[in-house]
Amino acid sequence: MHSAVQRANALVTIAAILLAALCTAASFLDSFNSPSVQAHVEVVKINRFKRQLDGNDEVKMTLNISMNLESIFTWNTKQVFVFLAAEYETEKNSLNQVSLWDHIVQEKERASFRVKVPTKYPLIDQGSNLRGKKIGLVLHWHVMPKSGRMIRDKMPLSYLSLPNSYTTKS
Amino acid sequence: MGFLGDSIESIRSLQIRQVLTQIVSLGMIVTSALIIWKGLMCVTGSESPVVVVLSGSMEPGFKRGDILFLHMSNDPIRTGEIVVFNVDGREIPIVHRVIKLHERQETGEVDILTKGDNNFGDDRLLYAQGQLWLQQHHIMGRAVGYLPYVGWVTIIMTEKPIVKYLLIGALGLLVITSKD
Repeated sequence: MHSAVQRANALVTIAAILLAALCTAASFLDSFNSPSVQAHVEVVKINRFKRQLDGNDEVKMTLNISMNLESIFTWNTKQVFVFLAAEYETEKNSLNQVSLWDHIVQEKERASFRVKVPTKYPLIDQGSNLRGKKIGLVLHWHVMPKSGRMIRDKMPLSYLSLPNSYTTKS
Repeated sequence: MGFLGDSIESIRSLQIRQVLTQIVSLGMIVTSALIIWKGLMCVTGSESPVVVVLSGSMEPGFKRGDILFLHMSNDPIRTGEIVVFNVDGREIPIVHRVIKLHERQETGEVDILTKGDNNFGDDRLLYAQGQLWLQQHHIMGRAVGYLPYVGWVTIIMTEKPIVKYLLIGALGLLVITSKD
């Protein structure tokens, strides 16, 4: 009546369609999640503030960061990539957005924490504009799902005013 | 043995008209696949709307064999986005995250630095000789969605081409010998 090949074909097609529908539904349900993130950052110390040999300003600091990302996690969440960005404007650039520190949270149980860390990536300006500059510290997070659409969001935390003169000799 | 005998029998008993019909239907399937692919290219605004993750540089988020859906809009690129870019002189596109961004006043041109989540250092080692930043025109698209494991089919077919030929051969045989 029906050959084995025909049956296998029907089975695989239906399985594939169902799987695709499940993945779409999982991702769609994610959009109903309205997370409320709490976070706080303070600059403990500016470890280095100097002008590099090529003329660009460089800043390294130690930060006290605390956050609670538990409300972001759904059952379709694989990991949350969170990073702290320094954002500021200069005469030459309308936006400078530099990541200072990032972290991957893979489980909801580990999503609430406090760390005291040195900046992972130095803040290097294109030019020498950082003396006395007011920088915005913004927490960004990127939700990576088990399948489906990725979601990005952010939350401005505080401002930092850099010193008016370099603290490290070039 | 019985199946092979039947297949040879059915090949012999085919008439020209039937063969032509089969060829046309095969052509229709191939062209509709092409139409869907090109349509996706238009909708997502990107040259390749789907890419397969080839390396482990973005683990644990993306593993080898996952596929990524790309989208390119005119929205400005921002730090934290996962972008796909081509380095001059390299064939294979790279999928990494933007960690630094400088956007010019007036022109809106951007200097971008990327890094793989699982890499220790940033991508300056991967860029062309002397290149410190990526520009807008290097970026092929942003990764907006993700499906695990589906890309293994493509990886196997690329790295072991014999599987590709076997698959196409088997499909061709099935199409010719089916009585529908």
